[in-house]
Amino acid sequence: MNRTIAYIFVMAAVIYSIRALPLVLIRGEIKNPFIRSFLHYVPYVTLSALTFPSILTATDTVPGSVVGFITAVVMSLWNKSLLMVAVGACLSAYITELIVSFL
Amino acid sequence: MIPLMEKNNHKKSNNSMKEFREGLRDGIPICLGYAAVCFAFGISASDAGLRPYETALMSVMNLTSTGQFAALPLITTGATFMEMAAMQLIINLRYVLMSCALTQNIRPETSIPRRLSIAYGVTDEIFALSVSRKYPLNPAYTYGLVLISAFGWTAGGFFGTFAGDILPHRLTSCLGLAIYGMFLKIILSDARESRVVSVIIMASMGMSCLFTYSPVLKSISPGFRVIIVTLAVSAVASLIVPYKGDDTPAGDSSDTHENINIKDDTDEALSK
Repeated sequence: MNRTIAYIFVMAAVIYSIRALPLVLIRGEIKNPFIRSFLHYVPYVTLSALTFPSILTATDTVPGSVVGFITAVVMSLWNKSLLMVAVGACLSAYITELIVSFL
Repeated sequence: MIPLMEKNNHKKSNNSMKEFREGLRDGIPICLGYAAVCFAFGISASDAGLRPYETALMSVMNLTSTGQFAALPLITTGATFMEMAAMQLIINLRYVLMSCALTQNIRPETSIPRRLSIAYGVTDEIFALSVSRKYPLNPAYTYGLVLISAFGWTAGGFFGTFAGDILPHRLTSCLGLAIYGMFLKIILSDARESRVVSVIIMASMGMSCLFTYSPVLKSISPGFRVIIVTLAVSAVASLIVPYKGDDTPAGDSSDTHENINIKDDTDEALSK
């Protein structure tokens, strides 16, 4: 077998196990109030840590990223839909980068 | 008896179909973001000597950006399979936390095959949308998300390996913001309603900045940074302002009121 394909299978085995084991092993509702609360907060913390500060360097230039970030925050607070926020962030960053490149 | 059961089944499958379609619809931004990110991955993969079908296979089997990018240098230098396994374990360990959190969003009686199917789609983005659904999460919704986003991911990788010059680089890099925009929308829509959540978001972003820019801490890999911040902030928040759940029995309304007051007080204490 091609060595690259073998690498891909090793990767997939490890990553799928990481994802599947908790889902298969934790079958019931967790009663411990601390763990319940902990798991409730996990998504907010993880998504915040993934987003910031990485978003500031997500595009080619910092101004574009910053404008995209601000647009996404403002549109989210205005309660725009998921798709609109995503498109707004991309579009505002793209326009900013075009303008900056002409300056 | 039998007609009744049939009717119920019919209703259930209708509902699942609706959830599946909603998943497909909500997955559109993920699909766009993924296609752009994996297009960029495809370009790097072709530089590393991967063929389009290898990139597509890796993408559809792994569905993870950091893990795939990190795999490329290992493949080109011919690392051992143990090194590859260890590296992937470390980089993707945060999925353990996400899967644990997801177990509390699905019904306890959800079957093993369904659990194994959901597991395939535990990525930052699909997880984010799945947990933002009202309890209980219908696996069909997640399947919808997974189908459209895995398609975008794999197709992006495939075409990226073929030709890096089809789209201008500026455009693909800006499309990468779609994913961050979604994350912000998901966390901020709850922050509007809960001051505890707002404080948690600010604390997490602050701590993440600290780990990204301060002298010694910045040597910690991004994967571990996310794990450390998640463990620390979620634990501290649960100690100070434990989440009591919104499924309080109807008779306990006075109790809930008290909880809210306590939360507000602690919020103020935290922000000072």
